[in-house]
Amino acid sequence: MIKQEAKGSSMAAPTKDQMLEMQRRMLRIRYFDERASKMVKRGHIPGTVHTSIGQEAQVVGATMALRDEDYMTGNHRSHGHPIGKGSPLGPLMAELVGKATGVCKGKGGSLHLADFSVGSLGESGIVGSSIPIAAGAALSASVLKKSHVSLAFFGDGAANQGVLYESINMAGVWKLPVIFLCENNQYALSTPAHTVTSGVIADRAAGFGIFGVRVENGQDVLEVFNAVSEAAARARAGEGPSLIEVVTYRFNEHSEGLRIGTDYRDPEEREQWLKRDPIVLFRNHLIAEGHFTAEELDALEAEVLAEVDEAVRFTDESPYPEPETAFADLYTDKEEQFA
Amino acid sequence: MSLMSYLGAIGAAQREAMDADERVIIIGEDVEANVYGTTGGGKSRADKGDFLQMYGRDRIRNTPISEEAIVGFAAGAAMTGLRPIVDLSYSSFLYMAMDQFVNQVAKNRYMFGGQASMPVVFRSAMFYGLNTGAHHSDRPYPMFMNVPGLKIIAPSSPSDAKGLLRYAIDSDDPVLTFEACLLWGSKEEVSDEEYRIPFGKARIAREGTDVTVVAISSSVPEAVAAADAMAAEGVSVEVIDPRTLVPMDTRAILESVSKTGRLVVAEPAHRTCGAAGEISAIVSEEIFDALKAPIIRVTAPDMQIPFSPALEKQMYPNRITIADAIRKVAGLR
Ligand SMILES: Cc1ncc(C[n+]2csc(CCOP(=O)(O)OP(=O)(O)O)c2C)c(N)n1
Ligand SMILES: [Mg+2]
Repeated sequence: MIKQEAKGSSMAAPTKDQMLEMQRRMLRIRYFDERASKMVKRGHIPGTVHTSIGQEAQVVGATMALRDEDYMTGNHRSHGHPIGKGSPLGPLMAELVGKATGVCKGKGGSLHLADFSVGSLGESGIVGSSIPIAAGAALSASVLKKSHVSLAFFGDGAANQGVLYESINMAGVWKLPVIFLCENNQYALSTPAHTVTSGVIADRAAGFGIFGVRVENGQDVLEVFNAVSEAAARARAGEGPSLIEVVTYRFNEHSEGLRIGTDYRDPEEREQWLKRDPIVLFRNHLIAEGHFTAEELDALEAEVLAEVDEAVRFTDESPYPEPETAFADLYTDKEEQFA
Repeated sequence: MSLMSYLGAIGAAQREAMDADERVIIIGEDVEANVYGTTGGGKSRADKGDFLQMYGRDRIRNTPISEEAIVGFAAGAAMTGLRPIVDLSYSSFLYMAMDQFVNQVAKNRYMFGGQASMPVVFRSAMFYGLNTGAHHSDRPYPMFMNVPGLKIIAPSSPSDAKGLLRYAIDSDDPVLTFEACLLWGSKEEVSDEEYRIPFGKARIAREGTDVTVVAISSSVPEAVAAADAMAAEGVSVEVIDPRTLVPMDTRAILESVSKTGRLVVAEPAHRTCGAAGEISAIVSEEIFDALKAPIIRVTAPDMQIPFSPALEKQMYPNRITIADAIRKVAGLR
């Protein structure tokens, strides 16, 4: 159900190279998160992590529609976003383990990954909290006359936080180049979205006079890519923000190693969704359309697996941070740091 | 030099900063129409000094009443190249944006291992002492002192208001400035030159040898008045205004108390976990042996602020309550 038709012509189809890169980034997320899940369960990663397994198309379709310099913020389901934006795996894995070589020097951890070098302005442990940060980055682009677009990832749970609507309203009235991307995986922890959400999330855009669309098949990376590409083009053309709701499903538990109270998902429902694995679907598409052979895609999978192995090796060989580094990076001026 | 009010000095610092750096923008409710008196010249758009005329709508950003988004947008903008000044009008409205202040503004640089810098100033005014009732009379700076990552300032004079705000705008860290409405009209000669007052440097508002009074915000002029009164009673009082609460110039306070051996701390915030409590603790920890008498705090009580002038006027430190504390700490009572 497309709520509102995009103005203008449809976007150029992704090139063969871009499609290979989409599959590569989806595989990176899958293998990285599978490894992280094991490492949590074995105690190699302290605390917990939230995986994007099952949601790779929704993440990569969005990040691949952005330019390298474009901005992005995310949430607790936090690894897919920077990986999708092109952040190297080693420093991300090292951050999950708390090593000095982590992308945040071991101060952020899984929940607070950020890699400013790829426009990743930070994931957030507080549901909804990073949404206005993305919009503020779009304000910078607007005032400084830069062509950047900014994208806020948030869940169906966050879609019921007030700050989203303050942000949409202000970004709408200022026509900021920002995309509000709701990852509707249909649950906020244990709570089914339909039991706490009045109406359709994408429809809420209409109330603010901004463009809104619901991508029903969020397991199809190209559908997500097209929707976000169009939103980015509108944003760069000065037409303001878009709200994109992508329907998807998380295959794993809310967070790894966490045993959640009463069963809240029907096992049958999950079985049905497992059949719609975005990576398998795209692989089949690439082969069926004659873009790549099965052997070429097998080689890609092996390559990405090796990349994840290398990220773990990098992590294992990295030192833990020196204790005194806990007392740096609060302020920009050193003499005012309170040790 | 010109005779400038506290409010005029804030406007002057904003104008200088807007002229000096295109990345400085002003965001807030009713800033276009200069409702709070720091973004304009006169009563007409055509009057000289009108910020909207001078800088345009791109840089003078009138907002909806959406404090959480205002603070979040400013933080995101600061992380990506702008240097926003956010006018939140009343300090009580900061609570609407508490998540953004505590979880984003204060933490992002640290959590991201130093990748972010956050050059943004959040201005707000404490409307206490003006019979506005409990919702508008708060002095919430101690709550924010409890959040590592924020810098907290509370200017008490026009010259300080101008110089501290200019330094705040230049700072690459987030600064919350708590202005006092009671001081808005206070006037003094202020330099027309551009100048900056670095953080962490207290001002000795009055020199003395017998008792130290550390005073904050509108308690500073009250403490100076109390010191004048005590001079007539033969007690020489030193009044110190820390000016910036994070970072705090503890050295200046310790030096003064080492000399006088007696300390009164006066501030308009509540008693529990206030700046006065913090200053008292620092002095007791560092130079307990220099103290000749127990420290006395003069603060607002742990009570909400009543509306009626008959009730409100007793709530904050004034020259009489501060002078009483000085007498007591000096052993005159
Ligand atoms: C403000 C806030 N409230 C509650 C939580 C606890 N919490 C963490 S994740 C989560 C569910 C979020 O659901 P959603 O936004 O749909 O994201 P998903 O986990 O499904 O990707 C909850 C309730 C939190 N971290 N922050
Ligand atoms: Mg969800």
